[in-house]
Amino acid sequence: MSMASRLPEPYGQGGGSNLADILERVLDKGVVIAGDIRINLLDIELLTIKLRLIVASVDKAKEMGIDWWEDDPALSSGARRNELARENAELRERLARLEELEPGRAPKDVREESP
Amino acid sequence: MNGLRYVYAVCRPLGAPLQADLPGVAGDPPRLLAHRGLVAVVSRVPERDFAEEPLRRHLEDLDWLTDTARAHQQVIDALTAVGTPLPLRLATVFRDDSGVRVMMEEREADFRRTLDRLEGRVEWGVKVYVEPEAQEPAPTATKPASGRDYLMQRRRKAQAHEDTWQRAEGFAGRLHTTLAARADASRLHPPQNPALSKATGQNVLNAAYLVPRAESEEFVEIVDRTKDEEPGMRVELTGPWAAYSFVEAAGRTGTPGDRAATPAPAGEGEGA
Repeated sequence: MSMASRLPEPYGQGGGSNLADILERVLDKGVVIAGDIRINLLDIELLTIKLRLIVASVDKAKEMGIDWWEDDPALSSGARRNELARENAELRERLARLEELEPGRAPKDVREESP
Repeated sequence: MNGLRYVYAVCRPLGAPLQADLPGVAGDPPRLLAHRGLVAVVSRVPERDFAEEPLRRHLEDLDWLTDTARAHQQVIDALTAVGTPLPLRLATVFRDDSGVRVMMEEREADFRRTLDRLEGRVEWGVKVYVEPEAQEPAPTATKPASGRDYLMQRRRKAQAHEDTWQRAEGFAGRLHTTLAARADASRLHPPQNPALSKATGQNVLNAAYLVPRAESEEFVEIVDRTKDEEPGMRVELTGPWAAYSFVEAAGRTGTPGDRAATPAPAGEGEGA
């Protein structure tokens, strides 16, 4: 069979291919056949492995300085919270300054007067 | 002759010999085990690493898993070069050759049907990323002068972001429609986690296409042509892969019999 020669050069394969691509196929896709010593990978186990993997890789990625997604409020809820906290602090500061200017009308006093 | 049998794939008899210097999982070169007109590609793996307990432990180890997955994939890759393998999932292990034979006999009809469907076809992976620069609109260096100013700035930012996503969605959708029309089958995978793939940008399309070998060159050209079509979007092509993404569905929809009723082998554990 000389069919193979007609195929274009491999793209992104071999040693250089992305681990996620390989695991996506090798773990999730190939036909599931139960081995006879009961060590076929059950779906639940796979899920755990994948979760652990992602956790492990996030740390590795951070070591390598790939963490841009953490600072983007649109991608990371953590960054979104940080931004809110920053805004909050800024507003509090402004409020405090206003209170200093007009002590009589500060909300703190209002609260104390009410029964 | 100690050791367990690791099975990579099931094929029809190969048209050409396997690459001679192919290292298998755990270093033992794969060989062919013929049974009733089908061939299982197997190698020996040590019990101390591949018996149920040690394997479970190993799979939690990212480095071990990476090495094993790459070795597995390398064998499948070599098979794809000389034929059309039906790849089995990582770490399919049997006690001995006769265990493999029993499995092949039980699945024979399934294997043949799937192999017929995949014959002469390969899988191509296509991914679309939104480049990080495209996601972040021009950085606003000026400090907002007033609250109203601040809100306007935020709105502009959100608007720019929304535009980028709409553009990405449109582009990925068009590309998928074009490619799916040129393929025998297609599958959409969930977008990849940037932490695991180490790719920059946000993955918005992660698709696999089943394409006849004879039409692969044309398919690759179409993908290549789209690469500079949309600014801020990156198109990535991988392949040719064995038809990993297209084997599972065949097993499920193929027979109305035994297998179709058991979506996951979870319950078989005790008895098998």
